[in-house]
Amino acid sequence: MKGKKSLGYEYLKGLWEINPIFKQVLGMCPTLAVTVSVMNGLAMALATTFVLVFSSLLISSIRKLIPNQVRIAAFIVVIATFVTIADLVMKAKFPELSKALGPFVPLIVVNCIILGRAEAFASKNSPFRSFLDALGNGTGFLIALVIMGGIREMLGSRTLLGYQVLPNGFEPWLIMILPAGAFLTLGLLMGLANFYVDKKKKSAQQELIQKYRKPENTIEVKGQEA
Amino acid sequence: MKKVIHMIATLTIIGVIAGGLLSEVNNWANPLIVANQKAETERAIFLVQPAGKSYEAVKSNEIEIYKVFDENKNPVGYSMVSSGNGFQGKIKIMTGLSNDLSKIEMIEILEQVETPGLGTKVTEEPFKDQFKGLLTTPQINWVKGKAPEHDNEIQTITGATISSKSVVAIINSGLEKARALKDKGAL
Repeated sequence: MKGKKSLGYEYLKGLWEINPIFKQVLGMCPTLAVTVSVMNGLAMALATTFVLVFSSLLISSIRKLIPNQVRIAAFIVVIATFVTIADLVMKAKFPELSKALGPFVPLIVVNCIILGRAEAFASKNSPFRSFLDALGNGTGFLIALVIMGGIREMLGSRTLLGYQVLPNGFEPWLIMILPAGAFLTLGLLMGLANFYVDKKKKSAQQELIQKYRKPENTIEVKGQEA
Repeated sequence: MKKVIHMIATLTIIGVIAGGLLSEVNNWANPLIVANQKAETERAIFLVQPAGKSYEAVKSNEIEIYKVFDENKNPVGYSMVSSGNGFQGKIKIMTGLSNDLSKIEMIEILEQVETPGLGTKVTEEPFKDQFKGLLTTPQINWVKGKAPEHDNEIQTITGATISSKSVVAIINSGLEKARALKDKGAL
């Protein structure tokens, strides 16, 4: 399918190059729903990463045994198993968090990031590469959720991780902890990410043009202009 | 045909392994989850009955209600769980009641999904404190936009009238069931 990429790349690409939220735009439902605070975002991302890593690892290990026709069904069963484990462990050990995340933990089953990575990567690559890929995507998801949770928690309830960071004089923007605030934050962050990428692409093009423009060509162009 | 068998066999094996694994995890997690829920209920029961030291559940299919005792095993009242619809979803309330159900000691909102900043004010002290010592006969009433005049009235929150009214209605419906139990002599 493609030339061998370095192992470091398999991990790092998930952070930015194919960041699940900003680039692949996958897993929007939990992103919008649970990011009212940093803690919720963090917990959601950790639970998702756990499921992502283990299901990618397992799916990649058994990829050659699964007939092509039933691969999606098999993937879903594997993913659902890990999600249920995560859900039970959270309910048993962190009841408060489990309550705050509500139905979104069981809903990790249908998180597109996990099925997306299973289908696009784990089913075609070795377990170790899939593990790195899953970890990278999980970290990218975590970064995105923590940034969103941070912005929304700070503006919506003046706190970060439960500690007050903005003075009492600052009237909390309630909209930020309502669903509309999630859309606004996500839209602005994505816009920012695209703006940055565009700028980088343009400057890279400029550099390339400068590099290959030969001196005599420049003169020639100048001559034609005159 | 061979392909079909292969497909069925693969899915069956995956399903069996997944099922076995989950039952193991569940065996480990279930006692912890039950303990968590029990601890949470206990905490809520004593939250609305500060004098309480021990409790026992009253058997009833209609309503969840607990009889609370102080350190000398004297009954101090009841802790009643009632739930109903709020503005956006279910509200679950723990109400502390006196022994004859005529007075509310305190209330605590256990679960709610009201609008942040507006409906969620029902979980804050100024609103909850209105219920301290409130008389429940014949029922609790609410007033809007003016101070309460009677001992069984509370004032609704501006901007969260529906949430406030829901809290009152939920407690009233719970009280009705509790009184029915009392009349039957089951409390």
